[in-house]
Amino acid sequence: MKFTKDHEWVRLDGDVATVGISKHAADALGDVVFVETPEAGKTVSVGDSFAVVESVKAASDVYAPIAGEVVEGNAVLASAPETVNADPEGEGWFAKIKVSDASALDGLMDRAAYDAYLTTL
Amino acid sequence: MSDQALKTTPLNAAHRALGARMVGFGGYDMPVQYEGVLAEHRWTREHAGLFDVSHMGQARITGADAIAQFERFVPGDYAIVKPGKQKYSVLLNDQGGIMDDLMAGKPFEDGLYVVVNAGNKDADFAFLNANLSGDAKLEVLDRALLAIQGPEAAEVMAKHAPALGDMGFMDCQTVTLFGEECIVSRSGYTGEDGYEISLPAAAAERVWPLLLSDARVKPIGLGARDSLRLEAGLPLHGHDVDVGTTPVEAGLTFALSKSRKERADFAGAETILKQLADGPARVRVGLHVKEGAPAREGAEIADMDGAVIGKITSGGPSPTLGHNIAMGYVPPAFAELGTALKVLVRGRPAAAEVVATPFVATRYYRKPKA
Repeated sequence: MKFTKDHEWVRLDGDVATVGISKHAADALGDVVFVETPEAGKTVSVGDSFAVVESVKAASDVYAPIAGEVVEGNAVLASAPETVNADPEGEGWFAKIKVSDASALDGLMDRAAYDAYLTTL
Repeated sequence: MSDQALKTTPLNAAHRALGARMVGFGGYDMPVQYEGVLAEHRWTREHAGLFDVSHMGQARITGADAIAQFERFVPGDYAIVKPGKQKYSVLLNDQGGIMDDLMAGKPFEDGLYVVVNAGNKDADFAFLNANLSGDAKLEVLDRALLAIQGPEAAEVMAKHAPALGDMGFMDCQTVTLFGEECIVSRSGYTGEDGYEISLPAAAAERVWPLLLSDARVKPIGLGARDSLRLEAGLPLHGHDVDVGTTPVEAGLTFALSKSRKERADFAGAETILKQLADGPARVRVGLHVKEGAPAREGAEIADMDGAVIGKITSGGPSPTLGHNIAMGYVPPAFAELGTALKVLVRGRPAAAEVVATPFVATRYYRKPKA
């Protein structure tokens, strides 16, 4: 699993990346009450706002950590957005993206580097 | 605004000790939540929530001319407010715009006690200082302010001072409580029964844990304060009402006393009386947002043909109702209860319906008639 400075995570299985937001981000947001995930077929570039997560107080954009074509948005989040709080780095994933260039992941942080980064915030 | 620029209340260290998440609000470093907005919201609706609202402005206006001078800028009839009572009103400019909303009452033998919003207090007090004439004097009170709100608030407070249980909604009295001279009003901004307690700033750190030591009481942050007041249909200055809004547009005509309307002797009276006679161009409504994401401040409101007719001024999920609610302004033709509208969240239209406010029934304590 790799992390961005914007607190998204990416896990690559073959050429499909699963993306979500980190536990740190989910905790910071507080109670998640709505998630807008992208639809299959949507093409995203790195840094695109491809999903929105809403807490009681505010809406926050989620940025694509990797480019490619969305193959699935997490339908569970439509009826159970609180899954993002309960299991942010597991069942609370946002989308699966068919990756066009997996080397983009090389620039992201691993868990240890991300944990170190969090201490600098 | 940098953290360094933020002011603190006497309870800042107490909030941090409780693990509160702090944010800048109205120029102050304030707790937005302790355990979580939803849990705190529900606790207040079911038990008793304790809020630090010491960032709000408190002042006393004294002098033989105090009430007459104050009434030049507010449309409430404070001359007839009985000692020991308070009344909600709005501070108006010459165009009838709402500079702030406020509570003013008579807990003292002389003059008025006034509570205004944190973000406006410096401007409000400077304005009143510059404009009160005769012998009316404004004295800013450096006091803490706590609010205890919820169905168990009265029992909790009666334990500390039995007489408080006998206060009615909008009573406002000077009471010795916790060994301090407190100004206690039976009011709040959550829609629940409850009290606001003004106390000497130096006593706040001692009183806060005393109130929290009751198992029925939990500390509540500004996040839940906002969702509670939204459910109660109460406007927030700077969002639902501002200097570009009149009380007629905002649906706050209850703040315009009959006698004052007849006398037409307050700032902005001409504009306001004309709007009362002809109807305003837009009015504040409550919306049930029936699908999709919460519609928040700034989201557009459209009619069923897609034409934009207004804007949301505050909105979000209602923890009590389990669906999204919002307030905003639309032309009167679209304000009737049951009117179907659309709200545009990130450009996507979602179904909404005009509904009555409060969204959640209020539970203010009305004393049984003798």
